[in-house]
Amino acid sequence: MPDKSDLTHMLRQMWRIRLFEERLRKFHDYRGYFASNTPTSEAASTDELLTCVGYDFVSKGLIGGAVHLSIGQEAVAVGVCAHLNDDDCVVTSHRGHGQAIAKGIGLSSALAELMGRSGGCSGGFGGSMHLFDAEHGFLGGNGIVGGQLPISLGPAFAAKYRGTRQVSVAFFGDGAVNQGTFHESLNLAALWRLPVLFVCDNNLYANTTPAALGLSQPDVAQHAHGYGIPGEIVDGQDVLRVYEVAGQAVTRARNGKGPSLIEAKTYRYEAHCGVAAQHQNPEECEQWKQRDPIELFGRKLLADGVISEEQQRQLYSEVAAELDAAEAFAVGSPLPTVERLTEFLI
Amino acid sequence: MRELSYSAAASEALREEMERDENVFLIGEDIGTVGESEDLFTEFHQRRVWQTPISESAFTGLAVGAAAVGLRPVVEIMYCDFVTVAMDQICNQAAKIHLMSGGQIKLPMVIRTPAGCGTREGGHHSGSLEAWFMHTPGLKVVMPSTPYDAKGLLKTSIRDDGPVLFIQHRRLHPGTQQVPDGEWIVPLGKADVKREGKDITVVATSYAVTKTLVAAKALEKEISAEVIDPRTLVPLDIDTIVASVKKTGRLLVVHEAHRRAGAGAEIVRRVVEEGVDFLKSPPRVLGSQNVPIPYSPPLEDAVIPQVADIITTIRSMVKGSPSL
Repeated sequence: MPDKSDLTHMLRQMWRIRLFEERLRKFHDYRGYFASNTPTSEAASTDELLTCVGYDFVSKGLIGGAVHLSIGQEAVAVGVCAHLNDDDCVVTSHRGHGQAIAKGIGLSSALAELMGRSGGCSGGFGGSMHLFDAEHGFLGGNGIVGGQLPISLGPAFAAKYRGTRQVSVAFFGDGAVNQGTFHESLNLAALWRLPVLFVCDNNLYANTTPAALGLSQPDVAQHAHGYGIPGEIVDGQDVLRVYEVAGQAVTRARNGKGPSLIEAKTYRYEAHCGVAAQHQNPEECEQWKQRDPIELFGRKLLADGVISEEQQRQLYSEVAAELDAAEAFAVGSPLPTVERLTEFLI
Repeated sequence: MRELSYSAAASEALREEMERDENVFLIGEDIGTVGESEDLFTEFHQRRVWQTPISESAFTGLAVGAAAVGLRPVVEIMYCDFVTVAMDQICNQAAKIHLMSGGQIKLPMVIRTPAGCGTREGGHHSGSLEAWFMHTPGLKVVMPSTPYDAKGLLKTSIRDDGPVLFIQHRRLHPGTQQVPDGEWIVPLGKADVKREGKDITVVATSYAVTKTLVAAKALEKEISAEVIDPRTLVPLDIDTIVASVKKTGRLLVVHEAHRRAGAGAEIVRRVVEEGVDFLKSPPRVLGSQNVPIPYSPPLEDAVIPQVADIITTIRSMVKGSPSL
């Protein structure tokens, strides 16, 4: 059972993910960032074009490109990662800020990475979909749907090979279930009893395609039975349920009993991509917001007398202040020097 | 000195590296039941040699993740053509993670695969796909043409901290050579001048080296051909090639991969970017015709450059040189 300190930690982590992603709204400007990279005037002189800098930071627009938010899904990342140590590894999808933060990546280095700064966790080489933090066992988001599933087998294999007790976790969405890598990875993990948790954030949409149009089997967890491993559906809005089910799977894996599949039924409040776009199904979205994972958890902690309203407000303020500091760090972090590219030339 | 075959040389490299470093393991389909790893399978099974289901994506990805946490996997892909089903893991994951992580994560892994045509196996078992990997930054591409290089380069590839495509040629497997006893390594990025000459530089890779040396020998009374095996295409020892072309004034590249956008085109680009004033004739590339490799022997042989094609091309370049 999680004690008060565990519970406080989980609530804090959920707020850290939520406020981090909300803060991105202040800086993300896909169109502006994109346009600034394109010479627009045919009348520009050669000198102007030669000295033109491809980026033009304005008050907004410090973050460009594709950004995939997971607001509404925080309980899944937090409930699972609460069981992990730094030397347990996590890989995730393109929608991976939440798992990165839950696994221990700093808000400052994550925000700086999204701003393409040298102080970013990946030195500005990765971006939103490629946060990495080897020290905390976070082996990256992935821009290829399902690409991370085979990779998750590696750290699990390494633990088995070395005779150590680490576990590996692959987070993925319902969209990845239709990739061959999902099935290949479940088979190999089951066959070799690798210590892996396959955790599906089933948020009911693969990009814009509703699960009903993509999944022949709407309950992703059912696939586990075809590979002879445990598969469990869990309420992804209830962090304590996620914590409980993930705990069983982690224990199983650490004890050499092999992999498990967990399907968390959850929902993202935002569109597939972008920071301010409405979900394509606003009515359905409103219904899910009635069961917001942070509100549910906060109310439960209050009702159980674990964390008072005042303490929760205090915790929220601390996280908001942490975000302010992260923002100051990220904005102040220098852009990467182009010379660093030579490290990667072969 | 002793006689060693190309395939036995590769096995010897694997054995020595596995004995040297606990982190080295083998993973792939049917290893231990067919082919050259058979003796290794007996000795190191279960912990060091992992026979997989036919799931190239899964086991190649497993190797990526294992390398990320410090193991040194050697992935065997049974035929080069089968890398297509693991392409995401190789070209999007293995090749890019080092950069995308800002240099935090290194991926010391080798993907070892036999390639090449001329074995009458049809379009899905005859690929020479090195150009795909040359085109993907983040990968190294190694193509040994002798038992000596197969062993020395495989050992270096296993010790390298980044992903290496180690492409063998099936028709070279039984070939033998006198080699030293004991251990040696061959560095990546160092070409081997197989034969010195003054009239033309012929750069050849993999099994095309064997064919080119036969052609050069046959021509030796009329033409002095310098034959260079780059041995590794990434990194490429362009200095040795350019120095040779500056000496001979002529460049022919020979490989079995298709001519269009192939390694030969890249080598010619690298040379002509150094200048054209030293060229006595336009550089040329001999490669497979731009059709999928067909099955029937006369068809397959017509598609792949043969010794006769190499002889004819060298003659026309040296003797019938159109002036630049």
